[in-house]
Amino acid sequence: MNWSWEHFARFLFSEYMLNGVWTTIWLSCAAMLLGCSLGVIVAFMKMSNIWILRRIAIAFIWLWRGTPLLVQMVIIYTVLPQVGLRLGVIESAIIALTLHEGAYFAEIVRAGILSVGKGQTDASQALGMNWFHRMRYIIIPQATRVIIPPLGNQFNLMIKTTSLASVISMEELFRRTQQLAQIEFRVLEAYFCAACWYLLMTTVWGEIQKRLEAHYDRPFGPVEDDGKARRRRRELAGDAPAQA
Amino acid sequence: MTNLRDTAVRQARELGEPIVECRNVDKYFGSNHVLKDVSLTVHQGEVVVICGRSGSGKSTLLRCIDNLETIDGGRIDACGHLMGYRKGTGGKLVPLGDGRASKQRRDMGMVFQSFNLFPHLTVLTNITISPTRVTGVSLKEAEAHARELLDRVGLPEKEDAFPSQLSGGQQQRVAIARALAMRPKVMLFDEPTSALDPEMISEVLDVMIDLSRQGMTMIVITHEMGFARAAADRVLLMHDGQIVEEASPEIFFTAPKSEHTKLFLSKILTH
Repeated sequence: MNWSWEHFARFLFSEYMLNGVWTTIWLSCAAMLLGCSLGVIVAFMKMSNIWILRRIAIAFIWLWRGTPLLVQMVIIYTVLPQVGLRLGVIESAIIALTLHEGAYFAEIVRAGILSVGKGQTDASQALGMNWFHRMRYIIIPQATRVIIPPLGNQFNLMIKTTSLASVISMEELFRRTQQLAQIEFRVLEAYFCAACWYLLMTTVWGEIQKRLEAHYDRPFGPVEDDGKARRRRRELAGDAPAQA
Repeated sequence: MTNLRDTAVRQARELGEPIVECRNVDKYFGSNHVLKDVSLTVHQGEVVVICGRSGSGKSTLLRCIDNLETIDGGRIDACGHLMGYRKGTGGKLVPLGDGRASKQRRDMGMVFQSFNLFPHLTVLTNITISPTRVTGVSLKEAEAHARELLDRVGLPEKEDAFPSQLSGGQQQRVAIARALAMRPKVMLFDEPTSALDPEMISEVLDVMIDLSRQGMTMIVITHEMGFARAAADRVLLMHDGQIVEEASPEIFFTAPKSEHTKLFLSKILTH
């Protein structure tokens, strides 16, 4: 195998690649933020008493979950200009990722809100809270706990999914990797470099997610950290390690 | 409606004006007729105990009084509100929107069988959230009142705990404090001790008896006959969506008129 550590190290920290990494990060964050906002709106539309809002939400989710993101992205970038709607690369990528994420996140939000028991609505109603109070102070804070794990999962996917934007020539991490590989004839090093960066981003996010989950779980009983729980299990099993 | 109350009890407790009036209330769940032309008047300061088998409609009646369920016929006046409706043009009753319906509920407190504390909030915030966020009481004032109430229900040291860290009896006492924090005129209790372990029942009943002594108007669904004897002015038995017996505790337990009551008492008292 013709592997060069020298090239790998040079690629890993080259300004060209770092710019790609940065684009991937802000594209993921922007699409996630907008997608989640859209998802919340669609979720409430789907739970609405108004028939037409419900139908619109159902149709939206059906359409954007039922087609591949790649197809959506290409349609937005190349087909819309033919009907007079010209969007730049960045706009197209953000719009496609937002709509796609919105459709998935809507169902996550709805499931989270439905997971809060009927008794919570009864109790908050009996205390004189109106719909807004109930949502703001009682239902959404509890739904958040249920929503955070799948939300984290979605963001992990989003970081990797932004690589699809390379097909409409968005200069994010994957496209830069492709170009680097072609220019330098170092395919193996370039793609391994990309893999390392994606792995680093998802790992950092994983850590953040763990903390978020612990934070929202706090009221629901003491959370033991994994190490402590493992140590206790070992102690109970009788092979306690020498205590430091 | 005939008032079967024993005169001795009436003299013992000075009763005020009617505060909850249900007139010919009908309620359906689909084709199931759960409340059949139910009429009930509760006076200020009165403690009314409702018992009956599960499915007799007692819980539904209580939920209708607080407008947690909409009624299909009749009317309910409580604390000066026509619950769930307003008079439209020509005297027609128009259902209230969510905002105005929620305002009506602020004059009544409700305690549930399953406590329904807010699990994501501390005990203190459970009690202060509605006064501060809904009625605009200042946090300082609400917290002072909450501590006073926690003291009253015997849990002064639990204000920073989360509901999951409390026993069932403690949770129910917090739920009572939470309802009282809105300074209600009437307290509704929906089987407050049914979900509790036997040793925790008395701590909740003690709080309720204490509340009744302070003159709170209470409608209590319970099978705790000790509570009915100690605190009730009137005991009602519901059967199949109707009130079939209405008497003072003395008469209810010793000389009930209805066959349903006799059967109910024989089942409750022999076990």
